[in-house]
Amino acid sequence: MSKRLIDLQHITKSFDKQTVLDDLNLYIRENEFLTLLGPSGCGKTTTLRIIGGFETPDSGNIIFDGKNITSLAPNERQLNTVFQKYALFPHMSIAENIAFGLKIKKKSKSYIDDKIKYALKLVNLDGFEKRSVDSLSGGQQQRIAIARAIVNEPKVLLLDEPLGALDLKLRQDMQYELIRLKNELGITFIYVTHDQEEALTMSDTIVVMNQGYIQQIGTPEDIYNEPTNAFVADFIGESNIIHGIMLQDRLVKVLDVTFPCVDEGFGNNVPVDVVIRPEDVELVEPGQGMLEGDVVSLIFKGVHWETEVLANGYEWLVQTTQMHPVGTHVGIRVDPFNIQIMNKPESSDEKAVESDV
Amino acid sequence: MFNLKRQLLSGPYLLWMVGFILMPVVMILYYAFTTTSGHFTLLNITSIFASIHMKSLFLSLKLALACTAICLALSYPLAMILNNMKQRSQGFIVFIFILPMWMNFMLRILAWKLLLSNNGVINMVLEAIGLPGLDVLNTPSAVVFCMVYDFLPFMILPIYNAMSRIQQDIIEAARDLGAGTATIFFKIIVPLTTPGVISGIIMVFVPALTSFAISDLLGGGKVLLIGNVIEQAFMQEYNWNLGSGLSLVLMVFVIASMALMSSKGEKGGASVW
Amino acid sequence: MVKKSVERIYLSLIFLFLYLPIAVLIILSFNNSKTKVQWGGFTLKWYKNLFSTSSIMEAFWTTILISLASALIATLLGTLAALGIDAMKKRNQAIMVGATNIPLLNADIVTGLSMMLLFVRFTRLGIGTVLIAHITFNIPYVILNVLPKLKQSSRTAYEAALDLGATPMYAFFKIVWPQISPGVFSGFLMAMTMSLDDFSVTYFTKGAGINTLSTMIYTEMRKGIRPEMYALSTILFLLAFVLLLFMNFGPSAHKDKNGT
Repeated sequence: MSKRLIDLQHITKSFDKQTVLDDLNLYIRENEFLTLLGPSGCGKTTTLRIIGGFETPDSGNIIFDGKNITSLAPNERQLNTVFQKYALFPHMSIAENIAFGLKIKKKSKSYIDDKIKYALKLVNLDGFEKRSVDSLSGGQQQRIAIARAIVNEPKVLLLDEPLGALDLKLRQDMQYELIRLKNELGITFIYVTHDQEEALTMSDTIVVMNQGYIQQIGTPEDIYNEPTNAFVADFIGESNIIHGIMLQDRLVKVLDVTFPCVDEGFGNNVPVDVVIRPEDVELVEPGQGMLEGDVVSLIFKGVHWETEVLANGYEWLVQTTQMHPVGTHVGIRVDPFNIQIMNKPESSDEKAVESDV
Repeated sequence: MFNLKRQLLSGPYLLWMVGFILMPVVMILYYAFTTTSGHFTLLNITSIFASIHMKSLFLSLKLALACTAICLALSYPLAMILNNMKQRSQGFIVFIFILPMWMNFMLRILAWKLLLSNNGVINMVLEAIGLPGLDVLNTPSAVVFCMVYDFLPFMILPIYNAMSRIQQDIIEAARDLGAGTATIFFKIIVPLTTPGVISGIIMVFVPALTSFAISDLLGGGKVLLIGNVIEQAFMQEYNWNLGSGLSLVLMVFVIASMALMSSKGEKGGASVW
Repeated sequence: MVKKSVERIYLSLIFLFLYLPIAVLIILSFNNSKTKVQWGGFTLKWYKNLFSTSSIMEAFWTTILISLASALIATLLGTLAALGIDAMKKRNQAIMVGATNIPLLNADIVTGLSMMLLFVRFTRLGIGTVLIAHITFNIPYVILNVLPKLKQSSRTAYEAALDLGATPMYAFFKIVWPQISPGVFSGFLMAMTMSLDDFSVTYFTKGAGINTLSTMIYTEMRKGIRPEMYALSTILFLLAFVLLLFMNFGPSAHKDKNGT
């Protein structure tokens, strides 16, 4: 594992008496693609702005490469930001935009020219030097914003929902571009988004946030397969989240049916949240499943059928490749290792988290 | 079909423009190029080169430039301070600085005259603290002061508007790329407010250049601007041909200076309001 | 902190510069002394006299009449013109907007004189010619306020109304009008203020015998101001204050902000 590059220690920040971040602790490793993921107002953008130097935390420290940079101005930090709405300078040409940071550093003209060429090539916009900002599409402006940031050779690139304003196809293309860029540059990316698909596609590490608290930190696989609480499970992909009772180790009672599972250590007769991904629910012949119900809705989604089955008073969301017309009586089966057991939220903070869902 | 019908709605306006904008200009042109007996002449135009007229034109230019420069120097920092204030109080304070603009033009001149006059407020204050009184009334300085007073809001407003349109994230982007306060000011704020500055300059320079009432009332007959010359030609000497000729020259001057200015600030010039 | 206080001082100085003259006017309106130098005690008599001085009251009503009438007619013509311009091709629109801008930028003195030359040839100067002149310089303000609102208003909503069976008239008043009415309203207010404020154009087109407040103050300033004028100034300042307050913070202001 590479070394820690940025360390956020006990960061607290509030605006107008409203706490946005509460005692946040997080470290970012060198060459990592780290994504801050969460709904709007979760504090992800504030975290990014604190790293960038645009906000000062009320308390806590930011350690960058071993040095405390908490009170350092943005122009004195070795990182650059790609802004949500690009924030290109409208009165400058593309070349002047890209050259802005280099001119401040008093680089030679030939160095700057080379860098502009290199950066434009990197973002696939060769020959755009003389163009004006207005003449570019949103996607192109986005690339220029990235080019403008990376010519300064920052150790860390901060990206604040950079794909938010682009349409779906372009967004997917840009995701691959960003991964490619990161690998070519070999620097750290800190990426803010509310789009879970973006986060899963690009990240090495995902930090799921809600209401100023970190909910879970992990690889995309961890976050998707082993969400630590109902919020994360619901925010990352779709889920069936059902109230259940942990009867004993490896046995959980859900909707009056006892399911075998693989979780241990919750105690006996403890109320829990049971999370089952829709693609993990199998529809079988009646009588062959653990419980039975009727199909109440069926939508074709291309790769699968999205089916809703009413069984024991709960509408199960199921994704299958087989069609079961509305009204079909079916059985439901779930493999033990596909059942996720989570503790019910205890503290009031976590309750707030749940109510937000 | 519907489109053509709807275009006809602008018909009355077009007729009005022809009747009351185009026709008057034709009248000015007619008088400017004829003698009192109706013969063609260029003398009305060329009379601008008469020394007394040249002197007036130069004095007008000088005072208008001084007024514009002072307004700009006062307004730019003011607009910056206003723009940096908290959003909540900003609206009201901008309102305070625009309000005098909505007071009757003549009343503003009257108020300023009261302040400046020999036994006016400024001199009373000066005397009270033992300083010699100022004798500015009936001098070009009084005229410039009053012009600044009258036209200052016309400079504040467009500059402030241009400044408040600058997105905060552009400033942040510049800072992120390493720019310090001075660089941000000269490379970002100044160029982005240039269109506002240019509309401000036009809105102050043109009325200052063509004004006749202020110099008439505060100059005591000693400050003869080109506007006064034209006014007197029409209203006192009844020499409409000469007045029209000089008006035409003034018009060309105004149009030329505006064309010069607006070529430097294509965008935003029209969006003053 | 030093920067903050420098800013404060700067703001206060400009504020003083702008408001000291007005304050003097207001103070003098309560001064019980004919000369403007001495404070002769507090009085309201200039306010009382004001309403019985027929020449001032006449000029006041003429001013109000001209600015109201000219603003109304200019609003009608200007709104129609904006609707027409909006339906034109891009290039013609640009030409029309350019032509509309010209009188705005022309020198007042030339506008006034050129119209005077036209008027004296065909008619006598009087309240009618002043009215025509004011309408002329007011129309552009209306057009430039209404046109942006038309541009923002959704064309498809109007077409949807027609599709749903509305007549063009009905669709206009139900769909287009609500979207442009803030622009029409602010255009009207701006036209009225411009008209109230005007001196030069009125001065050249009014002829003998009638006066607006501007031309009356002009004449009086050369002969000597009656103290009743200070009382009138105070009232007018308060009116401008209330009007502008209403425009900026009144009900239509919010719609405006959303639009732009």
